[in-house]
Amino acid sequence: MKKGIAAAGLLALSGAARAAYQWDLPTPVTRVAAEIDDLHVKMMWIILVIFVVVFGVMFYSIYAHRKSIGHKAEHFHENTMVEILWTVIPFLVLIFMAWPATKTILNLKDTTTPDITIKATGYQWKWGYDYLKGEGEGISFLSALSTPQDQITGKEKKGEHYLLEVDNPLVVPVGKKVRILTTANDVIHAWMVPAFGVKQDAIPGFVRDTWFRAEKEGTYRGQCAELCGKDHGFMPIVVEVVSAEKYAAWVAEQKKKSAAAADDPTKKWNLADLKARGEKVYTANCVACHQANGQGVKGAFPALDSSPLIKEPKGRHIEIVLNGRPKTAMAAFGKQLSDTDIAAVITFERNSWSNKTGEVIQPSDIRAARK
Amino acid sequence: MSAIIDHGHAHDHGYHPSGIMRWVTTTNHKDIGTLYLWFSFTMFLVGGMLALGIRAELFQPGLQFWHPEFFNQLTSMHGLIMVFGAIMPAFVGFANWQVPMMIGAPDMAFARMNNWSFWLLPVAATLLVSSFFVPGGAIAAGWTIYAPLSTQMGPGMDLGIFALHIMGASSIMGSINIITTILNMRAPGMTLMKMPLFVWTWLITAYLLIAVMPVLAGAVTMLLTDRHFGTSFFNAAGGGDPVMFQHIFWFFGHPEVYIMILPGFGIISQVIPAFARKPLFGYSSMVYATASIAILSFIVWAHHMFTVGMPTAGVLFFMYATVLIAVPTGVKVFNWLATMWRGSMTFETPMLFAVGFIFVFTMGGFTGLILAIMPIDIQLQDTYYVVAHFHYVLVAGSLFSLFAGFYFWVPKWTGRMYDETLGKWHFWLSMIFFNITFFPMHFLGLAGMPRRIPDYALQFAGFNEIASIGAFGFGLSQILFLWIILKVTVLGRGEKAGQKPWEGADTLEWTHLASPAPYHSFHEQPVVK
Repeated sequence: MKKGIAAAGLLALSGAARAAYQWDLPTPVTRVAAEIDDLHVKMMWIILVIFVVVFGVMFYSIYAHRKSIGHKAEHFHENTMVEILWTVIPFLVLIFMAWPATKTILNLKDTTTPDITIKATGYQWKWGYDYLKGEGEGISFLSALSTPQDQITGKEKKGEHYLLEVDNPLVVPVGKKVRILTTANDVIHAWMVPAFGVKQDAIPGFVRDTWFRAEKEGTYRGQCAELCGKDHGFMPIVVEVVSAEKYAAWVAEQKKKSAAAADDPTKKWNLADLKARGEKVYTANCVACHQANGQGVKGAFPALDSSPLIKEPKGRHIEIVLNGRPKTAMAAFGKQLSDTDIAAVITFERNSWSNKTGEVIQPSDIRAARK
Repeated sequence: MSAIIDHGHAHDHGYHPSGIMRWVTTTNHKDIGTLYLWFSFTMFLVGGMLALGIRAELFQPGLQFWHPEFFNQLTSMHGLIMVFGAIMPAFVGFANWQVPMMIGAPDMAFARMNNWSFWLLPVAATLLVSSFFVPGGAIAAGWTIYAPLSTQMGPGMDLGIFALHIMGASSIMGSINIITTILNMRAPGMTLMKMPLFVWTWLITAYLLIAVMPVLAGAVTMLLTDRHFGTSFFNAAGGGDPVMFQHIFWFFGHPEVYIMILPGFGIISQVIPAFARKPLFGYSSMVYATASIAILSFIVWAHHMFTVGMPTAGVLFFMYATVLIAVPTGVKVFNWLATMWRGSMTFETPMLFAVGFIFVFTMGGFTGLILAIMPIDIQLQDTYYVVAHFHYVLVAGSLFSLFAGFYFWVPKWTGRMYDETLGKWHFWLSMIFFNITFFPMHFLGLAGMPRRIPDYALQFAGFNEIASIGAFGFGLSQILFLWIILKVTVLGRGEKAGQKPWEGADTLEWTHLASPAPYHSFHEQPVVK
């Protein structure tokens, strides 16, 4: 049915239905998304009928009531019956449209009795996921774009999932009701996965919710849908829907990993190791604004290379990374990164490019600064 | 003292100042109308260049021309300049020229305030455009300047806020002037229900402007104090609410949408009867429909915010109220069709743009209906579908109606006919390239491409390529329009126009005034029977 309308509107392009021309809502994998699809198809049929009738009349009139073929103008200028009819009929059509939509709204707004609750936090410019309730409770990770910079600038061929791939996808079990709580750390973001029929703004300081129950295993992709600054176009959402067994295995693996990855906060690091780790943290969190060469973007994002900040004692530097700079895009990383990561990235910044302080900032320094 | 008077000019009605001071000090509604129209056309070209910057970057996936933050400045400034610099002042220009002539008044009610409301605009525009050159660049938070993203911006945001304040003051003064003129200076015998529809739509629009421009001023002032004076209106950490900004903004923003289209409805309602040689069908229902649209516009604002997470009752209310707008809008379209029905039509350029308007604007109305259905909007909110929708109503709606109005009235303004062949070219090129640009965006939106992104995934590549080609074609077509304007105005070329070059036109400017309209018209008011 849907394809029928498509053909009417899209004759010219139907031959070129290559991947580069995705033109319709993605195949739904939740009931809500399927209902939305049906609503859209129904609306398109009604609109198609109105379109044909209204513009049939208009183009017939343009053809038949022209001066050039000698048509003489009549002088009628009102007809109460007709005017009442074309007020009342559209009104009835609208009721016919709004009624099924109301049912879907009641359904998609019903976030009660979830099997799993996950908090999605929008950061400039990545997503953080915390599994709050249900199987997997306690798992927590950040999810950032994994497309290499070289693909974006055109130095490298673009991959199949260009800009729609992340380092750590959200993993959920198939057939379970997953409630997503959204919030944000800095500005408003929006969590969208079209195949689920889900889009919910993530608002700093407030918690909103939405839900989905994916009916088919697979990988589903979406993007941030609310302008959130410079890299708004570069913070995708990837959800992997897996079987119950695979999900249990994934949860076990995550728990093991987080136990192993827990750093000993009292460990004394040497400069080389810490700098190497810091470079990774820098690439994941800082490079978007301060750039790989530490030069920043003139007028918008300050340089770190030879910055006056480097000459100041390390305390100021630690404070900025921990608490951010209010009213700028500089986030408070204290909430996102561990003591070791923050120590590493500051060490990296103070010993890279032309910065040669030789200072090694230890995780214990960060812990002290947090108090 | 007496010497000064002796040497001064005799300020009789034949006095016609010249040179640059004529334009700076003018209180003549026709001069001010011309200033408004040239200003808005200039801003239209500036905003158009920004649009081409956007489409150049989006021609192919990957980043080719701009940094992402500059791209955001392009989209934000394109929106602000087109809305506040191009479309709104253009309609005020039409009101200045046409309202006094159509109601048989000698000038606007407050002639000096009229001068001031125009000359505020170049100041505001300078502030807005110069923000590109301050540290951090221009506004990059979208034309909707949602908090708290807009509290992160550099000083360019402050320049933008002041520009909005000044433009708001200008709009309010313009509106007071228009309302006063219409209510007090109509020719004897012209009752309200005998006014031409263009005058009616502007009367209603002016009330909308007075009601909502202060709301916008309030929103941006709160933003300013959040940015600099430590308040927390939109900062949750200080007890504020970022979503409150959106409620206030769209309480302004939705009536604003009708501010940009109602005078266009008025122009179309003058053009269609003139070229169908038949009186407008359903005059009084047109007036009531316009008023209903204006009233409904105040209770639908949150349909721009279906994804913020409103309570179910709120969602339902705003969805029902929004679909209701389709009823009066439908009445308008049906009335235009009934006016054409069994007329005796010819298709000069104004009529082409008017019929084109009905055809393409109605498509924008259809997509509006789709977006009003909240569950579908969940999929389409903040995607290219929305971009397609509002360009169908703002370009094919507002802009095409302005084109129609220009070709319709320029013989009266200049006393010369525009170049009909070039005018028809302008119509067909604009129409075709408009659809090549914006029709594919519906598909991009359905496929899930978010708006305001400088780079996109590969499945969106095909339609973006087509849209970019269309955009450059559309942009170049407007250079042709510039030439048509220059030819008929500055160069003064073209056939001389008679008092009433359009057979079916019947309003006072055609029946009572020569072409070009005299510098001072209607010293004595005509009597309308």
